[in-house]
Amino acid sequence: MEKFDVIVVGAGHAGCEAALAAARMGFRTAIFTLALDSVAMMPCNPSIGGPGKAHIVREIDALGGEIGRITDETSLHVRMLNTRKGPAVRALRAQVDRKLYSWKMRQILEREPRLFLREGCVERILVKGGRVWGVALRTEERFQGKCVVVANGTYMRSLIHVGEVHYESGPQAQQTTHGLSRNLEELGFQLIRFKTGTPPRANSRSLNYDKMTALPGEKLPRGFSFTSKVAKRKQLPCWLTHTTSETHRIISENLDRTALYGGAIMGIGPRYCPSIESKIVQFPDKESHQVFVEPEGWDTQEVYLSGVSTSLPAEVQMEVARSIPGLENVEFLRLAYAIEYDCLGPHQLKSSLESKTIRGLFFAGQINGSSGYEEAAAQGIIAGINCGLYLRKEQPLILGRDEAYIGVLIDDLVTKTIHEPYRMMTSLAEYRLLLRQDNADRRLSRYGKDLGLLSGERYEKVQSKWYAVEKEMERLGTWRITPSQVITAALESVGSTPISRVVTGEELLRRPEITYSELRALGFESTFDEELQELVETEVKYAGYILKERRSVERFQAMEARVLPDWIDYDLVEGLSKEAAEKLNSVRPHSLGQASRIAGVSPADISVLMVFLEHRGRRLKASEKTD
Amino acid sequence: MQVENWVEDTIAAIATPIGEGGIGIVRVSGSEAISTIDKIFRSPKGRSLEEARNWSLSYGWILSDSGEKLDEVVVSVMRAPHSYTREDVVEINCHSGLIPLQNVLKRILGLGIRLADPGEFTKRAFLHGRLDLSQAEAVMDLIRAKTDKGHRLALRQLEGDLSKSIKEMRDELIGLLAAIEAGIDFPEEVGDMDADELISACQGIEDRLERLFATADSGKIIREGVDTAIIGRPNVGKSSLLNMLLRENRAIVTEIPGTTRDVIEEIVNIDGFPFVIRDTAGIRHTEDVIEKIGVERAMSLMDGADLVIYVIDGSTPIHGDDVELLKQLTGRTAVIVLNKADLGIAVSKEECTKLVPDTPVVRISATEKTGLESLEEIIVERVTGGLVDLSGESLMVTRTRHKQALKDALENLTAAKQTCLNGLPVDLVAIDIRGAAENLGEITGDTLQADVIDRIFADFCLGK
Repeated sequence: MEKFDVIVVGAGHAGCEAALAAARMGFRTAIFTLALDSVAMMPCNPSIGGPGKAHIVREIDALGGEIGRITDETSLHVRMLNTRKGPAVRALRAQVDRKLYSWKMRQILEREPRLFLREGCVERILVKGGRVWGVALRTEERFQGKCVVVANGTYMRSLIHVGEVHYESGPQAQQTTHGLSRNLEELGFQLIRFKTGTPPRANSRSLNYDKMTALPGEKLPRGFSFTSKVAKRKQLPCWLTHTTSETHRIISENLDRTALYGGAIMGIGPRYCPSIESKIVQFPDKESHQVFVEPEGWDTQEVYLSGVSTSLPAEVQMEVARSIPGLENVEFLRLAYAIEYDCLGPHQLKSSLESKTIRGLFFAGQINGSSGYEEAAAQGIIAGINCGLYLRKEQPLILGRDEAYIGVLIDDLVTKTIHEPYRMMTSLAEYRLLLRQDNADRRLSRYGKDLGLLSGERYEKVQSKWYAVEKEMERLGTWRITPSQVITAALESVGSTPISRVVTGEELLRRPEITYSELRALGFESTFDEELQELVETEVKYAGYILKERRSVERFQAMEARVLPDWIDYDLVEGLSKEAAEKLNSVRPHSLGQASRIAGVSPADISVLMVFLEHRGRRLKASEKTD
Repeated sequence: MQVENWVEDTIAAIATPIGEGGIGIVRVSGSEAISTIDKIFRSPKGRSLEEARNWSLSYGWILSDSGEKLDEVVVSVMRAPHSYTREDVVEINCHSGLIPLQNVLKRILGLGIRLADPGEFTKRAFLHGRLDLSQAEAVMDLIRAKTDKGHRLALRQLEGDLSKSIKEMRDELIGLLAAIEAGIDFPEEVGDMDADELISACQGIEDRLERLFATADSGKIIREGVDTAIIGRPNVGKSSLLNMLLRENRAIVTEIPGTTRDVIEEIVNIDGFPFVIRDTAGIRHTEDVIEKIGVERAMSLMDGADLVIYVIDGSTPIHGDDVELLKQLTGRTAVIVLNKADLGIAVSKEECTKLVPDTPVVRISATEKTGLESLEEIIVERVTGGLVDLSGESLMVTRTRHKQALKDALENLTAAKQTCLNGLPVDLVAIDIRGAAENLGEITGDTLQADVIDRIFADFCLGK
């Protein structure tokens, strides 16, 4: 029997990052995929980034993952969103070439030393004495592995709905799997049923773009990866059109034929990504909804009709599409569908993504109830890293909510009871001014380097970049400007009040209306490019707010540091409310901080736990003395 | 949000039941205790508390923010670990009574010190190893009991309109926040919020909060006690009853200058609960004059009162005026006192109950000082409805907590508006608005995040 250190089940966005991280940490790693030609597939919109998600991509990049780099190499339309809404929520988003992304990832997997890519369907996880030891394939092959990462996506008992028609299938005409669902249940895991969907794909030649609005990409697109340079690149536009009253009429008349409202779908769908029928039912006053037409690749006619995800019957889908301006003669390449699948209730995992009951068994990606390629990739790299640390017998890497969106993501998954596929949003992060996409490298590169996932050279570059930013800020703090008529005129020309005393560059930059270019006009010399200037501006302008968040982080950390031993039986802790004891027993939080985020655990319960901990600590000390 | 409170910041609260004893203590505990109180304390010789010896007493004054003397005090300084909580502790011994203690506490809370949670001093004492092991369970019970009761009490205290208004404002803030956040998290689907719109929305809520803050500030029972009227015909013993209550309860006599009626009021403390007896001059005056009670006057006194103590001479048959006035007690919070029990019994309790069915009747003798205890018991029961123990500290604290929360919310909203006006991005405005909504949630006991997310999805059509 072939032996591996780490076995990864599934080569989607989670599986690929997990396998690469484990292999790069020096472990012999195998990765199994249902279909070799669909490695790192994007069955929905081939879009990476956006608020919260761009932050995650930059964080994965800082840890040494691939998603950022491949996105930059394969992007065909890039935009920076939220440029005016604040530095913390500014977010890069890119449309990528779907095929090319998959191909690049496959090349990386194939070439990675110590990594073995194999097509094959894993049907069983092999467990003995509470510890994982390998996997069994449908072909009756067995592979030995000290760690297993289950990252098999939305394939378990997956059921596709197109109107009144329902059939077993994975996304994008892939296979459904049954074995693993059954096996996980046998191993004692509790599975839940979620739902998601995707819109139709059209043949570009059939569309009339004259009736749509062109949305060009950025002139000088930035990249996700620290290693990518800002450069002028060829890009494709996206297009915007909208639904009409005719569209809404057709949908309303056929509502009972949708799988969603017809009652066929039992799974719970995401609120942030509703089908067009949900939008029309829930917002009846809205006369029109946006439809984005987005290219799927450089050399394909396939385009993605964003905004019209649906579970309507096939012929109605066509009717709906043809009621949209520009799509009158649309030819479909693929139909829209809704898909239901099994996933794992993620409260069964530790913050390291290891199972609470089976040692060495990790879970990552959509199987944990998340949604999105970025969220999957983030869990993947963390699961891969923690396999490595598990094998090295070291403490797992658990990023804090104050450190990374990845920390928020995983903590939310394992702590809060999720009711829909989990998608990252900036509003889920408490300290988002600290967790910006522009400082992900500063926050996390250290981990990447220490784990051996980031080269020393790359780490040095990150360090010197931030050193330069600090120096520049010091320089601004000492650069002085004296009031004069010229200065007054210059300030007034940009709507800024004149100065009446000597001020520093830093003081001036704190004014909302003053940017680097105004400072330059006043005589401040700098070699900084636009990206670095933005960093300095952010640190200076929002210093007060940043400081405020740092202070609340200190309070947060104090609570996170109070560890709850995992042997506590909360039913026996006197003074806890019944609901709290139940929830605490189910989630088994590792700290008081985590406990406080569980719905149903009140501040009074936390207080009781503190007293309990202290009480126990003293009893231990007392018994030590008597021994 | 509340959870953060368990980190050891500096806390303060009134540590003695209000009005009981000649001295009231405001206790401050935490690393900032000594330096903060030092800022508002002046000794006659100008000595600083920072220099005060451990366990020493310093005489002086607490100063208001404009530098006026707020109260004459004796301050004790106990440095960690030699204190009740094993943190630095300052105890300010003030003149007892509601107003001075409240004022001193308010002054301290204005300096960034947080109001202590119920039982928090004891909890800290325990966590720092000050209390012994066997007391752990007791502390847990205390936390559970006090917090639960505290919350129930807090909700009870919010009069219907106040509570409704706070919920409405919080709801509006969540709506604003959802609009901002939806625009941030779904920029391609949701339009940006207009800055002017945002400013005027903030302004609207700010105005309402300010009005609310003003009304909360005059929270009647808390600040003024229970308005009590002692009513009865001349010579039934109102004055002796008053004196009996005063003598037994170490009353504070206050004159309220500047009011149009030259009313003298007296506060009696019963079971830690303040009762303000109005028109004490009137009571004494009518006792001396043989004349018919002014029914109209009695009625107007009753109308202004939270509690009516109706005194009858129980040793002589009931008078026609009494019959008329007793009927007026129906539907009011009242107690009927049959005085002069020492002189014989001519009026039965049943006679009164027939006239006013739901009002308790107590027989006493003011001259022989009998029946006082059961009168006091009934009085307190009448006010609290016998449902919750409203005595002393907990009531004060929860109220002060609400005011503090309203004040914080107001500050956050003002900041939000200013952030908008300064042209800073909406992300930063969201921080202030979130703060304000959290402050209001502290009163209603709601946490924020899930509410905002739910609202985003309810209010906005998302999903490309």
